[in-house]
Amino acid sequence: MTDTTQAGASKIKLGLFDMTPRQVVLMRRVPVVVVSVLVGFAAIWVLFLADRSWTTDTSAGSAIAEPGEFLVTFLDGLTFAGLLFVVASGFTLIFGLMRTVNMAHGAFFLFAAYIAISVQQKMVGKSRNIESSDVSMLDWFVPLLVGATVAAVVGVLMQQFFLRWNQGQDLRQAIITIAVTVILADQMLFQYGGLAKTMTWPGDVVHFFEIFGQRYASSRLFMFAISLVVAVALWVWLNRTRMGMVIRAGVDDQEMVRALGINITLVFGITFFVGSFLAGMGGVMGASFSGVALGTDGQWLLNSLIVVIIGGLGSIKGAVAGSLLYGMVTAFSPAYLPSDYTFYSIIFTFVILAVVLAVRPNGLFGRTE
Amino acid sequence: MADTLLHVEGLRAGYGHSMILEDLSFSMGTEAVSIVGRNGMGKTTLCKTLMGMLVPTSGSITFDGTPIDGLPPEKIARHGIAYIPQGRRLFPSLSVDEHLQMFAKGTRGKRWTPEAVYELFPRLAERRGNGGAELSGGEQQMLAVGRALLLNAKLYLMDEPSEGLAPTIVDILIKAVHHLIEEDSAVLIVEQNLRAATSMAERQLVMVSGQIEHETTAAELRDDAALQKQYLGVDA
Repeated sequence: MTDTTQAGASKIKLGLFDMTPRQVVLMRRVPVVVVSVLVGFAAIWVLFLADRSWTTDTSAGSAIAEPGEFLVTFLDGLTFAGLLFVVASGFTLIFGLMRTVNMAHGAFFLFAAYIAISVQQKMVGKSRNIESSDVSMLDWFVPLLVGATVAAVVGVLMQQFFLRWNQGQDLRQAIITIAVTVILADQMLFQYGGLAKTMTWPGDVVHFFEIFGQRYASSRLFMFAISLVVAVALWVWLNRTRMGMVIRAGVDDQEMVRALGINITLVFGITFFVGSFLAGMGGVMGASFSGVALGTDGQWLLNSLIVVIIGGLGSIKGAVAGSLLYGMVTAFSPAYLPSDYTFYSIIFTFVILAVVLAVRPNGLFGRTE
Repeated sequence: MADTLLHVEGLRAGYGHSMILEDLSFSMGTEAVSIVGRNGMGKTTLCKTLMGMLVPTSGSITFDGTPIDGLPPEKIARHGIAYIPQGRRLFPSLSVDEHLQMFAKGTRGKRWTPEAVYELFPRLAERRGNGGAELSGGEQQMLAVGRALLLNAKLYLMDEPSEGLAPTIVDILIKAVHHLIEEDSAVLIVEQNLRAATSMAERQLVMVSGQIEHETTAAELRDDAALQKQYLGVDA
C-alpha cells in the first residue's frame, strides 16, 4: 500500500454509513453493475430462453426460434417510439427553452385529435363508420394540419396570456397549465362525449404485408415515416437555422442572449407554437393509431414526462433515446413476459425510469446544472 | 472629450436590500475609458445595471441622448451597447461559427461581419467548427469579443476582459481595443488588472464602494504607487 491510499483512508459520511473513499467509489458503481446484469439477462431471455410451450410460457417465442415474432415486436416498439417522439419532442422543446413544464401538453394532444376527427367526418361526409376506403390522403392530412394548428394556437394564447407573466415561476406555471387541462377536458367531454373516437387512416396506407410469416400493418410504418420526417425537420431547424442557434443559446444562457440584442420573447412564442403543434400532430396520429377517449390526455402527458425524464429534460437527442427505450419496453415486456405475469408489463416502464435515474439522475442526455 | 455618449447620474442599484452602487456618476464620449477598482467594489454590478440585467433603484442612465435605465437588455443592446461579460458566457451548445452566424443577420455592408471577425482573430477561423467550451481561455475571450463586435455597436462594454488570460493574449486584446478606438467606437473597460486597464484606455476612473472616487490618466496611475496602493491594493 502506498502513502496515498493511507491518506485516503479517512472516513466519509455517506447517508447512514461511514465509508472510505474507495468504498464510496465502489458504491457508485453498484447501479451500473446492476443495470448491466439486468440488461444482459433480458437480452438472453428474449434471444434464447423465452418459449411459448415450455416452462416460461411467454406469448412470443425466443428470437432464435421465432424471428418473425421478434421482428414484429421490434417494429411495434419502433413505430410506437416514433409516435412517442413526436409528442415528447414538443414537450422537451418547451421545457428546454422556457423551463415550463407544460402540464397541458396532453390536453393539446386530445384537443387536436377531436378537432381532426370532426374535420375528417365533415370532409368524408359521414359521421360514423368511416372506412379507410372512404378516406383519401387529403382527408387525413388536412385534418392533421387543422387539428395541430388549432392546438398550436391555443398553446400560444395560453403562453401569451398566462405564462409570460410567470417566467421562472415553476409552480405557478404548473398550476396554470393543470387548470387549462381541467377546463379543456371538461369542455371536450361536453362537446365530444365520453366514448372512444377514432380517426381513420387513408386507404392508400392500409395494407398488410408479410414478414417471416407474420402479417404487419403498413399504416404503422406510415406513422413511423411521419415521425422520421418530424425528427429530421426538428434537427434541421435546431441545427441549421439561425433561429435554432438562438434557441440552443437561449437554453444555455437566456440572459446573455437578451443582452446581445435578441428578443427572446418572440422566440418563446414561436417555440411554444411548435411544441404545441407537435402535441397536436401526435394527437392526430395517436387517434388514427389507437383511438382517443376521455383520459387519453393524462395518459399522454405521463408518456411525455416518462420519455423526457429518461432522455433528459430539454434535449432532442434525449427525446429520441427516451422514446426508443420506452417504446421498446412497452412492446417487448407483454410479448416476452410469462403469460401469468403480462399484467405487470406496465411496471417495466417505471423500472426503466427508476434504473435510468439511478445511473444518470439527469436522464440519458440531460445536462448537470 | 467629444460629445457625451454615455451619461450616468446618481445611479443606485443592488440586490434586494443590499445596495452595491451608491450614487454613482460619470460620463464619457466616444473614447476609451477604464474603470478600475478592487474586487467587490461593484464593477460587475455597474455593468449589469448598464445592460439592464439589473434595474436601478434610482438615478439615470442616458445613452446617445436617450434614457435607457429600466429598459430590458435586448432594447439596450439595440440602442448600441455591446456587452462582453465577465467569464465570457459563451454558449456551450454552439460552435465557434454558430456564435457568429447567430448575429450575422443585418451585418451585411456594416463594419463587422463574421468574416471581418475572423480576419481580426485568425485563431478563431482555425477553430470554426469547435464547440465554445473546447476553446482555450484566450480563444474564448476572442469569441466573446467577436460576438459583441457583430452588433456593430457604438459602445463596447468589457467586464474584466483580461481575467485569467496569459500576457500574450492580453496583448492581442489590447490591440483589438486600440483598433476599435481608431475606428471611432467607444470602449468602456472594467478592470482589476492595472496593466490591461492602463494600456487600453487613457482615462482612468477609480471605483471605490460603489462610487467613482477618483479620476486620473493612465500614465499617472501607472507611476503613482501610493495611488495604486490606496485604491487597488497593489503593492508596487
